[in-house]
Parts: sequence; C-alpha cells; structure tokens
Amino acid sequence: MSILEGRNLTKHFTAARGPRGRFGKRPPVRAVEDVSIALRAGSVTALVGESGCGKSTVARLLAQVYPVTSGEVLLRGEPVRAHRGAAFKEYRRQVQLIFQDPFASLNPFHRVRYHLARPLRLHGHARSDAEEREQVAELLERVSLTPVEQFMDKMPHELSGGQRQRVAIARALAVRPIALIADEPVSMLDVSIRLGVLRLLEGLARENGLALLYITHDIASARYFAEDITVMYAGRLIESGPSEELTQSPRHPYTRLLLESAPDPDRVAPPAGERHGEPPSLIDPPGGCRFHPRCPVALPVCSTEVPGRTELGEGRWTHCWQAGAALSR
Amino acid sequence: MKIKIGAGILVFFALMAVLGPLLIGADPAATSEDGLQGPSAEHWLGTTQTGQDILLQIVYGARVSLGVGVLSALIATVLAVAVGLVGGYVGGAVDEALSVLTNIFLVLPALPLIIVLAGYLPQRGAASVAVVIAVTGWAWGARVLRAQTLSVRRRDYVQAARASGEGPLRIVFYEILPVLLPVIATSFLATVVAAILAEAGLSFLGLADLSTVSWGSMLYFAQNGQALLIGAWWWFIPPGLCIALIGTGLALVNFGIDEIANPRLRTIKAPRKART
Repeated sequence: MSILEGRNLTKHFTAARGPRGRFGKRPPVRAVEDVSIALRAGSVTALVGESGCGKSTVARLLAQVYPVTSGEVLLRGEPVRAHRGAAFKEYRRQVQLIFQDPFASLNPFHRVRYHLARPLRLHGHARSDAEEREQVAELLERVSLTPVEQFMDKMPHELSGGQRQRVAIARALAVRPIALIADEPVSMLDVSIRLGVLRLLEGLARENGLALLYITHDIASARYFAEDITVMYAGRLIESGPSEELTQSPRHPYTRLLLESAPDPDRVAPPAGERHGEPPSLIDPPGGCRFHPRCPVALPVCSTEVPGRTELGEGRWTHCWQAGAALSR
Repeated sequence: MKIKIGAGILVFFALMAVLGPLLIGADPAATSEDGLQGPSAEHWLGTTQTGQDILLQIVYGARVSLGVGVLSALIATVLAVAVGLVGGYVGGAVDEALSVLTNIFLVLPALPLIIVLAGYLPQRGAASVAVVIAVTGWAWGARVLRAQTLSVRRRDYVQAARASGEGPLRIVFYEILPVLLPVIATSFLATVVAAILAEAGLSFLGLADLSTVSWGSMLYFAQNGQALLIGAWWWFIPPGLCIALIGTGLALVNFGIDEIANPRLRTIKAPRKART
C-alpha cells in the first residue's frame, strides 16, 4: 500500500499582477493538471521534469504547503487536508521536507545541535537534556557526520554544502516521519559529493522503511537512485514506470528527448531529429497533449484531445496517442 | 575606526552620567553669590545668572538627557519589534491592522503631538517624558522591521522551522529576530538620538520638569536669562555641544554597525584573512 499518494492533483495559481481577462479576472496559471503519484514505504520514487514543469508544485501540494485546486492527498489511504494549526503539525510529524538549497535552509544564527534538538523537543521525542544530546548524536551518526561531538556545536557557516545538506536531512529525520519529500536535494551541491548524499538518502529509505519522493531535473540520477520514475511536462504527467525499463525503452517522445539530451561520452554525432522549442506558457497551454507543438511524431489528434492513460504492463503507463495507437494495432 | 571614535564618545558620556554625580556629590541647582562668571579655576565652565555651576549642571544633566534617551528608545524599540515582526510574519488582517496603526503614527506630526501630550501629563518626570517620546517615535522602526521581516519569512530556514512544527512566536523570536539584530540595533541608536533631541526640545520649550537639571532645561534657562545677548557663551555652548557630541557618537557607532552588517559599505579593506 502506498504511504503517501496524490490523486488527480490540480493546482491553478492566480497571478497577482498582469493583464486582466474578461470580467476583470486574471487568467490562472495552470501549474499542475491532473497529476497522480504514489510513494511506497522503503522505496524511492523520482519525479522528473524540466524547470517550470510543476514538479516542485506537486511536492508542495503533497507537503500541504498550499491547498489543492482539485484532487486529494492521501496519507496511508486517508484523505488529508491540513494546512494550519494542530492538523498541520500532526501532518508534519508524518511527512517531512528536504529543501533544495542547504545554504539557505539552516538558520545562520543557530548551531547544528539547535537545528536537530528543536524538532526532537517539539515532537516529544526528547524530554531531558541527556536524551536530547544522545538523540542528536545518534542523528548525526545516521547522516555520517562524525565525530559527532565535533559537529554538534558547529555553526552552519563552518560546514560545507554537503555537510549542511546532511544536517538538513538529519533535521527532517529527527521528526521520525514516514515519508520524505526531497525537492532537488543535490542540485546545489558540488558534483563530487552528490553521490554521497544520494546514497545516504537511499540507505535511509531502505533501512527505515521511509517513502521517499526524489524530485529532480536530472533523469540520469533518477535512474541510478530511484525504483520508479514519473516524468512530467508542462504540468501534466507524461510517463511512469520502473526506472530501468523506463530509461531503457522510453515510450513517450518527450522521455526519449529527455534521455537524449543527457550528455553521453560515447555519442559523437549530435542526436538526430533534433527539435527545438520552449516549454509552453502555463497560462495559455496548448490544447490536447501539451507536448504536441514540440513533438517529432505528433498526430492530428494530439492537438485537439488530451491523451488518456495507456497501460503498458509491469506498472508502466504513458499519456501518448502514439502509444495508444501502437497498442491497438 | 568610526565605531571606535563613536564608542569612545558614548563611553565618555556614559561614565560622566553614571560616575560624575557620585564623584562630585554637590547640588547642581544650588545658587551662589558669583552669578554670570566666565570660566575660571573655581568654576571651570563658569556660572549661570543665579550662580549655579555650569560644569556641575552638565554632569548632572547628562543623567537626565541620556536616561530619557535610552529609556524612550528601549520602549520604542520594543514596540517597533513587536508590531513590525508580528505584522510582517503573521500577515493577513493582523498585518493590515498593524500597518494602518503604524502609518497613522508615521503621519502624525511628532513634535506638536509631543508638546500637546507633555502639556497634559499629570506629572512631568523624566520617565513620563520618555514614554511620550517613545509613543510618538516607534512607528518608523516598525515599518523598517516589517519590511525586513517580509523578506526574511520567505527564507528557507524559516520555512524549514515551520516544517519542523515550530509555532509562530518561536519562529518570530528565535528564527527571524536574530537575523534582524543589526537593523534593530541601528534603529535603536537612531531613536536614542531622536529622543535626546526631543527631550532637549521639550525642556527648551519649558514643557518638561524644569526643576530637574537636564541639558534641555539648561538651554531653557540660558534663553530666559538672555545669555546670547549678554554674551555669556559658557552658559549655552556646553549643553549644546554635549547634545551635538552625543548625536555624533551615536551616528558614528551606527555607521560602524552598518559596515559590519553590510560589507559593501566598507571604504577601506580590512587587513583580515579572506574567509571562504
């Protein structure tokens, strides 16, 4: 059973400024449209897409940072709506976030120990100073910041980016959540230490049965790290499946382009059939499949009707008229 | 360098205010036979028309002037922090209400209001004058702090603290307040200057308690005694100079804090090791 699930999530933002449409209303930004995603205990699910495709919005909807326009979030199968007050705090006990930028996510005025001790105290895991010290040490050990005595009393500016991100991960773990949402957790880190942080997250998910959502624009790291990959484009789902199968034989032309765009040292010639273009405006998205203006294999139907989900077996599915046509043939 | 000179001036006046009266231990209001004498070995800064020693009055007056300045700046800063940080963090209707309140106090003409309020005070002690000055002077600081809070509350570590389950008060005072300390210190010092000037102005107009000796009341009596016409410069220059020096000292310290908080303002590169 899935720990945390989003069902048909839709989020429209109303622009604060800009031209007004008819009746003085500003057209909404259709950031996320009908997205479903499920996280399982002890496994890593990746959500992949280019900048501005709505993947962070999905993360924030799952984290209940802001309310959904329609659709629902389910925690252990129960629908939840917890945006403020005690319900929000209770939800936070279950679902934690890891922020993208470790240089911004730690308060420069507090020591490492304070950052870890506060959630322990708030959620009643540590009641005395001795317990607090012991658990902070244990947390630091779990994120491999040793010797713990040394790291406990450091200020954030004394730590490197990787170490900061480990502290941020430890802070999220201090609450003892069942699901963890990591929004681009390594994109601000030096390439040489990304792997270490990803391995740490993977190990934590495996050992503690955490459900981890890994949000990234880097499909190569998602393939290495996640069991399942879901691809998004311009606020809609594109394709999903087990990461190895999905990256080996992508069924959606967008996934194919995404994989081709990753640099490959063995490839000498530029990939054939290159198509340029920009992601569409989310205020006035193209009708039908949102990818059709850039799609190399677009059919006439693609510009008029939104493709439904085509199940491909083995937990794989895609939203593409081509795949649907190929199946029925 | 600026901060050192400024701090030097402030320490000098603070010592004078705290230790001076203890060391001298005479009554600054006591009159004597030698009226309107210029500086001499006996009276270093001369005497007033009624034969009061000017140096003695300056030393005792420092207590009142500095005391009123610091006390009213403390009250004003507490008000500004409470209104600015809470409004900026909580937002919504609370922020609207607090903003309206701040704006009203901003557009109130401060000096006439102080004069009116001081005129109706039941007793005109230094403390009540300090309160009046604080009440009319907190709004500017609140506005600055609100704007700063609006930017800080969006930062990731505040969001992360919220995600850990921290309550709003804890976030305001433990996550946001420390970041704003340089701003708060700057606005505190600026308010001290304004309050000292306001106190001097009130006393000069005869609206504060004239039986206590302060730099402002010295100026009041100098004006009453037509010191300028008589040419008794030793009567009005010392208190005026003291007020100007205190203002300079506080302003220098303020510039120094700005340079620490915002390295881009530094004119000379400090010969310190670069930190990475």
